[in-house]
This record gives sequence, structure tokens and C-alpha cells, in this order.
Amino acid sequence: MDGSLVIVVVVVVTALAFDFTNGFHDTANAMATSIATGAFRPRTAVAIAACLNVTGAFLSVQVAKTISGGLVDETLINPIVIFAGLVGAILWNLVTWFLGLPSSSSHALFGGLIGATWVAGGGGAIYFDTVLNKIVAPAVLSPVVAALIAVGATYLAFRITARADPVRVDRGFKVSQRVSASMVALAHGTNDAQKTMGIITLTLITAGMLAPGSPPPFWVVLAAGLAIGLGTYMGGWRIIRTLGRRVSDIHLIQGFTAETTSTAVILASTHLGLPLSTTQVCTGSIFGAGAGRRLASVHWGVAGRIALAWTFTLPAAAVVGAAASWLAETGTWGVIVVGVTGIALAAGIYVASRSNAVTAANVNDLPGTVDELPRSPAVDLAA
Amino acid sequence: MHIDWSTLAAIAVVAAAATVTVVLLVSFALVGLSAGAGRRVDEPGARPASGVAVATLCLVAAGLIVAYGLYLIIA
Repeated sequence: MDGSLVIVVVVVVTALAFDFTNGFHDTANAMATSIATGAFRPRTAVAIAACLNVTGAFLSVQVAKTISGGLVDETLINPIVIFAGLVGAILWNLVTWFLGLPSSSSHALFGGLIGATWVAGGGGAIYFDTVLNKIVAPAVLSPVVAALIAVGATYLAFRITARADPVRVDRGFKVSQRVSASMVALAHGTNDAQKTMGIITLTLITAGMLAPGSPPPFWVVLAAGLAIGLGTYMGGWRIIRTLGRRVSDIHLIQGFTAETTSTAVILASTHLGLPLSTTQVCTGSIFGAGAGRRLASVHWGVAGRIALAWTFTLPAAAVVGAAASWLAETGTWGVIVVGVTGIALAAGIYVASRSNAVTAANVNDLPGTVDELPRSPAVDLAA
Repeated sequence: MHIDWSTLAAIAVVAAAATVTVVLLVSFALVGLSAGAGRRVDEPGARPASGVAVATLCLVAAGLIVAYGLYLIIA
């Protein structure tokens, strides 16, 4: 095998690894509240989310035309840059997963690509205006908008059903939450699996293995769908616990309003031409749904930690991407060093996570029983 | 520095309208079903039959919105 074929294979494998981390990082978006409220049992929830993600991957017909979505000078993007960007994104996804913090996989990917492109072409190759408009402003606004909508919807739902038969109300909202959570999972599959397909397809085109403008070959669709589905099925239990149990005490009504808000915001943003981060929208909705019942029932300290993680997502992935790009560009040995270091760091994070493992069995534990995140005294008063 | 405020505002308005509509429809359907089961006797005019009829209408409307959402995801 010659050098260019090796790097293409490396990029494809790394892209699928990223897709896998994307899957388990984002299971929480659709399923955290469903698991917390008991609408789905934990294993059932991740199995359904996984199936819908795979289905979504096959349904999506739009293929990304650019790898970075116009954030950087695309002519400077080569397989080495993509590889380095993916390594930065994967490592940041693993760090935030270890800390149990939801963070946008797309932002991690864009951060990694920005860092790697910066090394390849200097600061001029980064379109900061686009970064501000497509990443920074939506990142600040989308969780706030989602939270405000969820506050209103939750307040209305509690108000209207307050005097109705509680058993029927719970049963009704349980079914409704199953539907709304499934919509989020399906929308996620159509959006996120497609990103990896785009990366692999564009890499193959750059390497001259596919004609320009080709749709993704079937094996790419299949591999990307299975990678994200398998990742989803692994369940990012640490993040699910944070969103389901550490944000607020979520009831069935709130689970339903949170997921309905998420679905509406995601679909509206996708179809109005400014796609927002699923993770940030869903996190905002969950906080809003918590606040809609009782403002004091929300652990704002957790919100602070999540906001801090979001602030660092793009820069941190960019720094790793830049370092990886700088090393990988030195030649084959550089690529090997980056790959081996990446695998070693990923393995280290996994081993460290075992000492405080979160699984389907203990995902619904309440704060304080095992935990590391701060608990608010307000909830104890409410309980 | 350019931020696409109009698109962001449009997203907020459309999403808020859709969410509130679905949540209202489901909530009213559940109230209607409760009345249908004869639970809300304190409400004047909440006859079981009309409760079920309201619930059915609300659920059909909510179902149509969900179907449109599915169409948006798939198409």
C-alpha cells in the first residue's frame, strides 16, 4: 500500500471512531429524561435510540458538500488535517463524557478542524465571521431559547392537567414522551451520521477514489450508521445521569415538554437554514422543563459546569487538533505517533472511568448517593 | 461581525408555536379523557361523551403535527 492509501484508511477508521463517540455522547439528548422518568427502561431506551439512529442514517439523503461547513478555507483541508481534527474531537468527547458533561460533538469536530487547518494554513484560513455566526452566537442563544420555550410549555402543561385524573395524565404523558424522545433520536440519526458519511465521502473524493460529486457508497452509509448506532447503544450513561438526574427532579410531564421542545427547535433550525447543536438545544430544554415546575428545583451549579464545558469545547478540540496536525504533517511516523498517543489517551480515560462506572443499573441513582456533582439544598426542602 | 438575528428569531417563534400547540393539545386531550372517565365532576358541562370527543380531536391534531415532523425529518 502506498502512503496516500494508508492515510485514507486511517481517516476512515478515525471518522468511524468519532461517529461512535458521537453516538454515545448524544444518547442522553433523546433518552436522559425518558430514563429518569421511567418512560423507558434504561436498556430499552438505548436500544430504541440506537435503532432510530441507524434508521436515520439510512433515511438521510443530503450529503455534506463541505467538511467544515464553510468555517475554514476548504482548499487547505487534506486527509492529514481531517485526521488531526478528528483526533481532537474524539479526545474532547471522551474527556467530557468522563466528566459526565453533555457537549456538542459537532463543535468538537469543528474545533479540531479549525485547529488543524490553522497549523496547515495560518490564522487567515479560518473564517472567524462564519465561526461567530454559525457556532458562537447559536451556542449562546440556542440553549436559552430552548429553555424559555420549555419553561412556558411545562408551566402550561402542569396548569392545564392539575385537576385531571393523575393516573390518566401520567399514562398519557408517558406515551407522549416516548413519541417525542423517539423523534429526537431519529432527527439525530439523520443529522449526525450524515456528518461522518460526508467526511468519509469527501476524503475518498480528495484521494481520487471517487468521482467528485458522488453520493456516499453503500458501505460508507452502512458503516457510519452502524458506528453511531453501536455508540448510542453503549449508552453514555455518565451524561444520561447528569441530564436525567442531576439537573432537576424530572417528572413525566417535564420529560414530555423537554423532548417536544427539543424536537421543535431542532426541526425548525434545520429547516430554516441555521442548524443548531442537538446537545445544546436538548440541554436547554431539560433545564427549562425543570424550571417550569419550580425554579428552585434546578441545580444551577450543574448548568455552570455545562456552560464551562461548552466554552472550552471549540478551543480545547482546536488545540488538540493543531498539535495533532503539526505532528502528523511531519510524515508517516508523525501520523503513527498521533494515532498511538490518541489510542493511549482514550484507553487511559476509559480505564479511569471504570473506578466510578455508571451503567444501566445505577444511572438513576439520586445525587449524593455516589456522586461528584454538587447538590442543591432546595431539592431536599422540596422532597 | 454579522449575526443572523432574523433567522434565529424565526427559529424561536416557529419552535415556540409548535411546542406550545402540541403541549396544549396533549394536555387538553388528557383533561378530556379524565372527564370521559367521570373524574372531573366538579366542572360544569364536563360530560363524559364530550370529554372523549375533545380528547379524540386533540390527539388527532397532535398526531398530524407529529406526522408533519416525521415528514420534515425524512424528506
